[in-house]
Amino acid sequence: MVSAALLLRAGGDFRQRCRTLLSSKTGRVLKPMTIPKEPKVELSGISKSFPGVRALHKVGLRLYPGEVTALIGENGAGKSTLVKTMTGIYQPDEGEIRVSGKPVVLSSPHAAFQAGITAIHQETVLFDELSVAENIFLGHAPRGAFGLIDWRGMNARARTLLAEIGAGHIASDTKLKDLSIANKHLVAVARALSVNAEVVIMDEPTAALSYKEIQDLFELVELLKQQGKAILFISHKFDEIYRIADRYTVFRDGEMVGEGLLKDTSQQEIVRMMVGRSVDQVFPKKEVTPGDEVLKVVGYCHPTEFADIGFSLRAGEILGFYGLVGAGRSEVMQSLFGITKPSKGAVRIDGEVAVIRSPAQAVDRGIVYVPEDRGKQGAVTGLPIFQNVTLASLRKTSRHGFLRLAEEFKLAREYTERLDLRAAALDQNVGNLSGGNQQKVVIAKWLATKPRVIILDEPTKGIDIGSKAAVHEFMSELASQGLAVIMVSSELPEIMGMSDRIVVMREGRIVGEFENNATLKPEMLVRAAAGIGEAA
Amino acid sequence: MSAIVKVREFWLAVLIAALVFAANLRAPGFASPSRLSGIVEDSSILMILALGQMVVILTRSIDLSMASNLALSGMIVALINQAAPGIPVPMLMAVAAFSGLLLGALNGVFIWGLGIPAIVVTLGSLTIYRGVIFLIAGGQWVNADAFSPSFVAFTRIEVLGLPLLVWYAVAIILAFVVLMSRTALGRSFYAVGVNPTAAVYAGIDVGRTTFLAFCISGLLSGFCGYLWVSRYVIGSVEVARGYELTVVAACVIGGISISGGVGTVAGAVLGALFLGVINGALPVINISPFWQMAISGAAIILAVVLNGRGAKRSQRLILRTAEAAA
Amino acid sequence: MSVPSTETRHIPDRLGTPLRSAVFSWPSLLLAVGIVLFVVNSFASPYFLSPWALSDATFNFTEKALIALAMALLIISGEIDLSVASIIALASTMMGLALQYGAGTPELVLIGIATGIVCGAFNGFLVTGLGLPSIVVTIGTMSFFRGISYIVLGDQAFKGYPAGFAYFGQGYVFWVFSFEFALFVLFALFYYVLLHRTNFGRQVFAIGNNDVAARFSGIRVERVKFILFLLTGLMSGIAAVLLTSRLDSTRPSIAAGWELEAVTMVVLGGVSILGGAGTIQGVVLAALIMGLVTFGLGLLNVPGIVMSIFIGLLLIFVIALPIVFRKVRNRRR
Repeated sequence: MVSAALLLRAGGDFRQRCRTLLSSKTGRVLKPMTIPKEPKVELSGISKSFPGVRALHKVGLRLYPGEVTALIGENGAGKSTLVKTMTGIYQPDEGEIRVSGKPVVLSSPHAAFQAGITAIHQETVLFDELSVAENIFLGHAPRGAFGLIDWRGMNARARTLLAEIGAGHIASDTKLKDLSIANKHLVAVARALSVNAEVVIMDEPTAALSYKEIQDLFELVELLKQQGKAILFISHKFDEIYRIADRYTVFRDGEMVGEGLLKDTSQQEIVRMMVGRSVDQVFPKKEVTPGDEVLKVVGYCHPTEFADIGFSLRAGEILGFYGLVGAGRSEVMQSLFGITKPSKGAVRIDGEVAVIRSPAQAVDRGIVYVPEDRGKQGAVTGLPIFQNVTLASLRKTSRHGFLRLAEEFKLAREYTERLDLRAAALDQNVGNLSGGNQQKVVIAKWLATKPRVIILDEPTKGIDIGSKAAVHEFMSELASQGLAVIMVSSELPEIMGMSDRIVVMREGRIVGEFENNATLKPEMLVRAAAGIGEAA
Repeated sequence: MSAIVKVREFWLAVLIAALVFAANLRAPGFASPSRLSGIVEDSSILMILALGQMVVILTRSIDLSMASNLALSGMIVALINQAAPGIPVPMLMAVAAFSGLLLGALNGVFIWGLGIPAIVVTLGSLTIYRGVIFLIAGGQWVNADAFSPSFVAFTRIEVLGLPLLVWYAVAIILAFVVLMSRTALGRSFYAVGVNPTAAVYAGIDVGRTTFLAFCISGLLSGFCGYLWVSRYVIGSVEVARGYELTVVAACVIGGISISGGVGTVAGAVLGALFLGVINGALPVINISPFWQMAISGAAIILAVVLNGRGAKRSQRLILRTAEAAA
Repeated sequence: MSVPSTETRHIPDRLGTPLRSAVFSWPSLLLAVGIVLFVVNSFASPYFLSPWALSDATFNFTEKALIALAMALLIISGEIDLSVASIIALASTMMGLALQYGAGTPELVLIGIATGIVCGAFNGFLVTGLGLPSIVVTIGTMSFFRGISYIVLGDQAFKGYPAGFAYFGQGYVFWVFSFEFALFVLFALFYYVLLHRTNFGRQVFAIGNNDVAARFSGIRVERVKFILFLLTGLMSGIAAVLLTSRLDSTRPSIAAGWELEAVTMVVLGGVSILGGAGTIQGVVLAALIMGLVTFGLGLLNVPGIVMSIFIGLLLIFVIALPIVFRKVRNRRR
């Protein structure tokens, strides 16, 4: 229902863009596509293993011209490995890739690009310091006299391409770094069209976009469909998938578990394929009577990232923060943890005003933060497990500032065993552990400091199901021991399964707070997070 | 117009002009064409070297061996000239450039092939190349009287009122303008520095591009080896000792970002010219030339501080309506 | 096969034995190289094994090695200081200036060390306070500090330091053990303990490995780095006192090129130029090896400049060889 209304709203503009397209491609008649028989790209029997991990096992995928295929799967299901195989970054251990029926070997990213396969990534792989035109044409720039780059021609062609995709507002000589993420996506699409790519992979392209920008992107996808491109669309958001895609392929644990037409398949069925069990996942949430208020945040603001944030948190409580990616939840948490400076507002811990200007101060006050970006912000991958665990508690394990290794091992063992860490030894480098076990090390590091408040930012993102359950179980255990927990999560089952209360954020503001009881429906959270149903 | 004002090269040019103007106030005649051409002549070698270093820095590397490469290549041609004065000088220029190219490629092989950080490799070759000078020259200097007249003349002959040395620099600058803006290789240096991952996607071989950057810096160092020996009429182990960091300084002043991907030909040339003007201006305004080092040091620090100011911290800008009202 | 989830698994502390990992470590490799060099040298020259000759040999590397100790920590933390030699020049110049105003030995030492600390603080402020890249900042201060020496001295020199001052660079503590060498041994111990046995050292490693994660772990990254710049400045100041005392004069060109020799020592000692890994043992051994090479070749009348070839080759090949071995091994698989 919602999407139909949106289509109507965006319709006028869209029709106009189609006309632009028609006039620019003279001589080419656009007619409604009949259902095609031949896939543009066909992957079959693709396997890929890494030391200790089987990322893909004999998977297949078919993309048809003029159609959008959604690739669906949990984090760690093998989606990104597949994308990297299709874009020439990984070579499959076995299997075959056919483009237009002919087998191809995609030996490098450039080979994939030349085979007509382009990808628009989560983090756009473009050049910030170079101009828009050059970003579109780097590697295949128009040449003039003596084989030199023809800048004038390049800019002219860039302008034409941008206009074709309704991005005429982007000047071809601006530096890419001056564009918004949405506009960078448009440049990436223009780059794909500049070599007349037949296959466009969109890997969570909406992750960092605003609602309006997402609608614009969808119009662009429609446009590409009409041009007969085969599109692979990867997203976690079901509303997006149902709105834009024609077909689906579901991956689970590196295997393909289902494919078909979306119009014949219900959301429930797909979710069942994804998780391989009933949707009513069991969450080990314990009932806890909340204790005293530990943390209170009032009128918390940041110049550009969030405004008017206020909430309170009691001992033993798990407070969920739900919202779309980019709603400002992580920014609020990082500010509470002293990474970024708020412009105004107050934080009270146990009723006392706390001024937190650095993570060190936050840790001193008993607030700890398990970041979303484990590899960059969480674990020190070059150091052994025990050193990671004790990193924030060195004062406890040392005497007069001198290390005591025996104490460190003791502390590390205590917490890693409680978290059921799977490792060969405590002096193993954290970089050699799986994502889930790295996460356990980061959590162990913070528990060792005996915090009052623990903030977990997307704690189970990209980790295997076993570790996920362990993290959930442990989180519940912690709360029952009187720790106050904040959990930022974009996964509905997780947020509803684990939280006592749920705060929903959108575009940097809190737009709702819900008690998690029988009357709470998931739709209420989704509508609040997406801003649907408001007088807009 | 407003676009030009935002470009840092513009302000560097203004600053250089202001320096010349100020020096001319204190010492009338400083801004005379002959004096100015003298300054340009003095900065020519530094300009060429700065261009070579720029290409390397663009690819997120650094070449500390340029001055040693220069001295070794210079010594090679000095010895050849001493032993066989009959060999035509253009041939010697080619020899110097080729020797520089080989030495630069040697750096590149270790960096590309083995993945050893450029700073380590060139730190090693800096000492090795200079040591080799001693070996091939048997610890001797090549003195002024040992050079053939044409060897010395080939940087000095005046064409259109300017010595050949300046024209070499002009030719190389022009070649670089074309290379850096109009060729695929030139653009790939930028691409590799801005975003190596994205460069791979665009079909650029990052290692090979870095290797070629070291070849270019080596080639120019070698060529400057001839220029230096010819201009200062001496070949010795001490030639251009410590000059590698002056070259880096010229690049930094010219706004070439040490973290790669950002920098222009104009920036490198103006950075070198800035140091040249300071060098030339100090004696005429009665400041001891011993001030030069401290001033260029202060200029580098200032340039870095200003560069740092320009770098914006990345934010998502989630709030559509910024808190301007609040 | 299946372990009940209620039972906690035991994770051992260590995989290999400490002995095994020590034998295959970088310092052990350096030690082997050092022993070979020692044996070769003692066969090559009859004078090599004389205690006094060996003692003399220590003078040509101890001052640089003192700086290398602090530089090692700085490089492990992911920063670098190329201005150390210029700090020596400036500190020596300040001592010379003080001498003109009649300063005695204690004041001279104090001024030398204080200048080093102030210079280190200046570098530290630019890098940690303003968030600038240390490699360019210290290329700038390298010109700036030595530039001040040139402004003060021009082509002149300060001479005539007091007799008591000579002890630091020329005196002996006991028998053949010079004051310089004794100081080096003390500081080597100090830095060993600081890096490998204290919380501070652990934080240095964490920062060098991943400074974002270190910050997110509550480590005061800027403060640690600032202290490291201070320490490097301090060691440069101390080196300035020793060198000025040994040469009994100050010229603005004093210690020219030492910054790169100190970095070479650190890298040869197995410290990763990218930060995050390294040992003080390695750096000490690298300093001794560089000393041995220089001394041994010196006895064979090989000029200093040629020795630098050996040092440069040593640097590149010692780093390249493990990489080549790894590549060959991986190809076989």
